[in-house]
Amino acid sequence: MDYEVVIGLEVHAQLSTRSKIFCGCSTTFGAPPNTQTCPVCLGMPGVLPVLNRQVVECAIKTALACHGEVVPRCRFARKNYFYPDMPKNYQISQYDEPLVSGGYIELPTPEGMKRIRLVRIHLEEDVGKSIHGENLDDPRASYVDFNRSGVPLMEIVSEPDLSSPDEAKLYLQRLRTILQYLEVCDGNMEEGSFRCDANVSLRPRGAREYGTKVEIKNLNSFRNVQRALEYEVIRQTKALDSGETLVQETRLWDANRGLTRAMRSKEYAHDYRYFPEPDLVPLLTTREWVEAIRHTLPELPDARMQRFVAEYGIPEYDAGVLTSSKALADYYEACLARYPKPKVVSNWIMVELLRALNRDGIEVEQSRVSPENLAELFTLVDDGTISGTMAKTVFDAMYETGKPATEIVHEKGLRQISDENTLVAAIEQVLANNPKEVDEFRAGREKLLSFFMGQVMKATQGKANPQAVSKLLRDKLAAKET
Amino acid sequence: MELHALTVHELHDLLDKREISARDATEAFYRRIEALDDRVHAYLTLTRDLALEQAAEADHRRRTGESGPLLGIPLAIKDVICTKGVRTTCGSKVLHGFVPPYDATVMERLKAAGAIILGKANMDEFAMGSSTEHSAYGITHNPWDLSTIPGGSSGGSAAAVAADECAAALGSDTGGSIRQPASYCGIVGMKPTYGRVSRYGLVAFASSLDQIGPLTKDVRDAALLMNVIGGKDWRDSTSADIPMPDFTRVLGGGVRGLRIGIPREYFIGGIDPEVDGAVRAAVKVLEGVGAATEEVSLPHTEYGVAAYYILAPSEASSNLARYDGIKYGYRTPHWSNLRDMYMRTRDEGFGAEVKRRIMLGTYALSAGYYEAYYKKAQQVRTLILRDFQEAFEHVDVLLAPTAPTPAFKIGEKTSDPLQMYLSDVFTVPINLAGIPGISVPCGFTSAGLPIGLQIIGKPFDEATILRLAYAFEQQTEYHRRKPSL
Repeated sequence: MDYEVVIGLEVHAQLSTRSKIFCGCSTTFGAPPNTQTCPVCLGMPGVLPVLNRQVVECAIKTALACHGEVVPRCRFARKNYFYPDMPKNYQISQYDEPLVSGGYIELPTPEGMKRIRLVRIHLEEDVGKSIHGENLDDPRASYVDFNRSGVPLMEIVSEPDLSSPDEAKLYLQRLRTILQYLEVCDGNMEEGSFRCDANVSLRPRGAREYGTKVEIKNLNSFRNVQRALEYEVIRQTKALDSGETLVQETRLWDANRGLTRAMRSKEYAHDYRYFPEPDLVPLLTTREWVEAIRHTLPELPDARMQRFVAEYGIPEYDAGVLTSSKALADYYEACLARYPKPKVVSNWIMVELLRALNRDGIEVEQSRVSPENLAELFTLVDDGTISGTMAKTVFDAMYETGKPATEIVHEKGLRQISDENTLVAAIEQVLANNPKEVDEFRAGREKLLSFFMGQVMKATQGKANPQAVSKLLRDKLAAKET
Repeated sequence: MELHALTVHELHDLLDKREISARDATEAFYRRIEALDDRVHAYLTLTRDLALEQAAEADHRRRTGESGPLLGIPLAIKDVICTKGVRTTCGSKVLHGFVPPYDATVMERLKAAGAIILGKANMDEFAMGSSTEHSAYGITHNPWDLSTIPGGSSGGSAAAVAADECAAALGSDTGGSIRQPASYCGIVGMKPTYGRVSRYGLVAFASSLDQIGPLTKDVRDAALLMNVIGGKDWRDSTSADIPMPDFTRVLGGGVRGLRIGIPREYFIGGIDPEVDGAVRAAVKVLEGVGAATEEVSLPHTEYGVAAYYILAPSEASSNLARYDGIKYGYRTPHWSNLRDMYMRTRDEGFGAEVKRRIMLGTYALSAGYYEAYYKKAQQVRTLILRDFQEAFEHVDVLLAPTAPTPAFKIGEKTSDPLQMYLSDVFTVPINLAGIPGISVPCGFTSAGLPIGLQIIGKPFDEATILRLAYAFEQQTEYHRRKPSL
């Protein structure tokens, strides 16, 4: 049967505030266990939470960027369940009164822009982390690290508007880009600062009712989101085709085995016993506050893309790629600051840099070629120090070593030969060695020019300045004729 | 008079005149504690070394010219308030061995004022109870009759004040836990407006109801303590940023023209005739000094206890979830897996009353019951608040008994939780409404047990109830009477 895929995503974004959501502890990732804690985030008896204003501002920025409504009054709620790394055995979250309701994100699809609606955005605290394993003091024991306890999280819940695993991935990338532009979340999936749970169901194409939905957890990379959803679509399709009834359940993605497996079904679902958090007063957001934050909003991806097209005259597609990550767009503009030829820079980044980054699966932030060094490389081509072909070799070395272009040119002796006497000597040698081809050229086979070019380049180990060689070759060949 | 029998302001006067030192006062109270506490059992922990250090510090501060109403005054602290470096058990085995690494805000303020901490006072486990019989560390006896209970949950604090084992004490009041034991022990006890005193460091029972307050030998002392512990604290988001007058300065204002409401619903069914008589006599006393009284109605009073026993346990079930044996306090010695550890730790760590309330609250918050219980109780709470708001449109304060009966016998109500809960029938609505209330001694039964008068005020108007309480105290001698121990 032909099914329609229905996907909704819940994203947990760790907010990049310096301190935690309800206490003053640092949020820095990777500190020794339990060094970034205090009585409040350890859930000691008698402590009380105090809401971090910055956290609220991060959520308001996100709401404004995603066209959501910041409600004038909202509340926090307690989500009750027992877990060893959750110090109070309840999580302060938001339940029936989230800070932001509605909103949308637009995705470029082959059929044009598609609007993915948001249900809500709310704030909550992160929990600690349980550690088990052999390299601990007592390998049979479990340990808890509360450094992450109380780190601010923003949960962004989409409507089930996504209709393929590809679209889900695109949505996530888009959302992450927006959060990075807003500088509210670093978007690092490996460190867990951008996490995702997916709800997926199938229904016969054209049907109005939703099918039974399955929630998938443990999706820690874009690729895993896509793979897990693809797997789940196939699994559900097979089940439905063979007449099985799907159960509403939570499934865990196993990236190693490439499959999802049942975690708990709805009958065993937690009763979180939500109730309003009595230790916090209702959160009031005034119009003035929201408008003041609106004025601090940075240029967002769409606006930046349009500016790139208008200001730098590059194609919309290129502008789209360059603005797909804030870091990449920043990189592009940093390069332009030193070397103001937008198309040259854009082509290089799109072709050479992104090829290398994609091959190694890293982000532009991790690139060893700084925008300043890349700009210098272009300058070396322009002033004739190296040829365009040599530039690619130099770039590869820069990418590997992180050294500046001049240093590599010097080390490898890659300086281009533009000296006329040296070139003329080489050309004459080539012409002398290939009399037959010289005759043919003079008889009208002008295509042979590239043959001579190749020979000269070969004779100079590729260092000859191609423009100069081309000119000199034509001169020589023409001169002999007369 | 012996030093231990003095009030805070009397001790302060002697200290300021250099007739005694803080060390003298501290040692006098420890001698009293040694003589009596075997029989009363007001204290769970004595902090003698720390107290003597604090006394030396207070004496030093006074020698350098400093003065202050609490400088060098020895106090007892209910064991539900976190004290840095001093074990805090909440009367529970589950917090066995817990030593807080931080001070509650009230402790910081008391220490800054130079108060001396004699020790931590006994209480019903996690402040859940009305008799101090639900402590994991033994019961406290009422100094007026050792075979009766001192009330609860701040029974240790109240008994310590009544037995002169401290100059004054701090307690906490969620449904009457300061006022009811104050009433049973013949002392003054005040629950401030919700938000007046910071809850930071008060181990939570029911967060939306809990307030810290003073238990003292007279009204002036209550005003003195309120001056120090009250006021906005940024660490408690629910604490109010509302200006607080110097409460000692309002005491002598008199009550002429003050409009006093007598709520009809507080004088019906189940009330002990001697209590009824004493409170009505108190009304006459106040009329005699110029207050105008009128009957008012608080029609939703009868639903107070029911709503309270949904809301307080609901919050408690969540607040007490953190006692799981993972991080601090008691952990069962025998367990096979995580779930087993949770269950055994909590089964062995909590007493019967606490378990009963955790179960009540867990049930009330469960999916499918939330609307019928928690939400409905919140609606009742709103109605009760509205009752008070309407009454306060006509009157300035309300007068009522603090408790329907005097102190009852040890063991009398432990097998009947509902009877125990009903001893809070006149105090619970005040917590639900978040308004201030004070209990002052207003008589004795024929058996010689104290009776308390409750004065209830408008939100953040502690000044008026203190003023009225002081005026009443000026006309009576009940607060001067001492138990024979």
